[in-house]
Amino acid sequence: MPIPDAKFFAGIDVGTTTTKAVLLNADRQLAASFVRRSGTDLGASANTALEQALERAGSARAAIQAIVATGYGRRNVSFADDTKTEIACHGWGCHYYYPETIAIVDIGGQDSKVIKLDAQGKTIGFKMNRKCAAGTGAFLEDIARRLDLPVGELNGLARAARQTAKIGSYCTVFTATEVLDRIRQGERTDEIVRGLFDSIVKRVMEMDALVGKVVMTGGVVAYHDIVAELLSARVKTQVLVAPHPQEMGAFGAALFAAEM
Amino acid sequence: MTDEKKVVRKELETSKDMKKFMADYYLELDHASQTGERKIAWCTSVGPAELLRGMGFLVYFPETHSAMLGSTRAAMDYIPHANALGYAPEICSYLTSDVGAFTQGFTPLTKSFGIKSVPKPDVLVFNTNQCRDVQDWFAWYGRKFNAPVVGVRTYRGVKEVTDSHIISIAKQIENLIQPLEQVAGKKFDMDEFQRAVALSRECSDLWKQVLETAAAMPSPLTFFDGTTLMGPAVVGRGTQAANDFYRKLLAELQERAYNHDGAVADERFRIYWEGMPIWGRLRAHSELFANLKSCVLASTYCNSWIFTALDPNDPFNSMARAYTELFIVRSDEAKEQYIKRMFEFFRVDGIVYHNARTCPNNSNSRYGMPQRLEANSGVPALVIDGDLNDLRCLSDEQTNTNIEAFVERLAGK
Repeated sequence: MPIPDAKFFAGIDVGTTTTKAVLLNADRQLAASFVRRSGTDLGASANTALEQALERAGSARAAIQAIVATGYGRRNVSFADDTKTEIACHGWGCHYYYPETIAIVDIGGQDSKVIKLDAQGKTIGFKMNRKCAAGTGAFLEDIARRLDLPVGELNGLARAARQTAKIGSYCTVFTATEVLDRIRQGERTDEIVRGLFDSIVKRVMEMDALVGKVVMTGGVVAYHDIVAELLSARVKTQVLVAPHPQEMGAFGAALFAAEM
Repeated sequence: MTDEKKVVRKELETSKDMKKFMADYYLELDHASQTGERKIAWCTSVGPAELLRGMGFLVYFPETHSAMLGSTRAAMDYIPHANALGYAPEICSYLTSDVGAFTQGFTPLTKSFGIKSVPKPDVLVFNTNQCRDVQDWFAWYGRKFNAPVVGVRTYRGVKEVTDSHIISIAKQIENLIQPLEQVAGKKFDMDEFQRAVALSRECSDLWKQVLETAAAMPSPLTFFDGTTLMGPAVVGRGTQAANDFYRKLLAELQERAYNHDGAVADERFRIYWEGMPIWGRLRAHSELFANLKSCVLASTYCNSWIFTALDPNDPFNSMARAYTELFIVRSDEAKEQYIKRMFEFFRVDGIVYHNARTCPNNSNSRYGMPQRLEANSGVPALVIDGDLNDLRCLSDEQTNTNIEAFVERLAGK
């Protein structure tokens, strides 16, 4: 049942692929969230995501105390009270759950990041991918289309594979050519798919040295948790999937909103 | 609300003088090119300009022309033309944009100064202290204009500049005299050469003082201002006009510093820029940092036209030293020590490295320097990917997010 007097703090993460809205209650607990495709009208998408989250919380706009926007389209959210980068928001969100020294690996629709935090949640370093979508959600979507597979089936296929195909190319376009060549040579699809996830892991490893506890966020790991296992196997350290990984940026933004 | 207030920057009064300086400079070259009244030497930006001036040449610097192609974003229209001639997208985009524009009969000098074409060279003189690409660049024009190409081939990765470096480079500079005399049609005059070295040294000292005004808090000057204000130091060193300009600029900046008149309103963070500017985004980046109340106030790039070693009493050796002591010629160890001195002098909070795709010699983020320097200086580092002229190598959103996140990091989040 909705609580009539409930107050909320909102975070909206307008990503390149999806827009996420998160509502926190007065105790800074996640009360509701909503995820939708970003589309081309980023401001409208942010507004719709927020309205949908409010509906899930059984509340209305007047209950919102503050809004912080983040993500690629953060400047398009004209009704936000402030903006923060997704680096700050993923960091602050993860620090809420892991108040210790951690490395965050966020893989989104068209970018990936490594963010390092100290035990106080202060960013002590960060890296973003170069101007290239290899190793991101867009890469998976593109290759899935070429393999004529629904993206949602990739995780299961990779888990069923007994071996990992080696994918050596550096960019999405060349990887697609390489995958088609593997198919022509008769390699198993599940092993190729597992190899694709492994190539994402390798792109992440190139960005920064990962030691200590690693926490993964973003849409890719939300739907393909095999990435965390493959990353753990390669970097030989503990790799956790954060709670609500896809909404972590919006969650961090909502935490900032609660501090305003 | 998130609507960002656009920062309105106060223009330096002296920048008007600079526009006149640059107009006079290019118009004089154009007149000489059309009439043949004076011989024209093309020179690389940190090439042996003093020798050329001392021998009576007007000196044209194609890199400055390329920077104009970059800052007007015309480069993007012309790089593909050079690529099609076999000059790859991976090599210097100054070269590719300049050669590409020439093949299409375009120059930004037309819009700025009413000049139809770049001045025709009588000789092209390079120094590879920047990179090998300058040789290839000048060789292309040498063939095009049937003009001789001569130059100095430098050392690389120099840790300490030693006598053997100086002897070799000085001899190479001296050896330029004979072919240059042939082109100039007159004998080398030591007095004129020494006069040019003396003027160039004075220019260097004034430019250094200009840049050092940024040590004031708040800084009266930004790196972005510097990239345009350095024009006379690049194209006019060795002339009285350049020195007169910098004397006036210095006085204005000193007054700003005295009055605590910062180039960035409410300066919160002081940032060092390592590498080339992204010419096509100069204004955008200037505004981005200003809106974040962060002043990019010093750079290796603008410092590259400081030649403190120049000595008119020992012109060949001192030129050899000045052009070998340059940051770009030095080992990583020497570069790191230099940057650390800059951190202390300018009281820097953070450093941004520009990894320019087509300019490896001006990109110092590729062999672990940011990590080493951050570890032993404690000054946070950010690397952004881009290019001097080729905007295909740049992602604006990634750059903006990186810079905003870096400032958030400096602020403690």
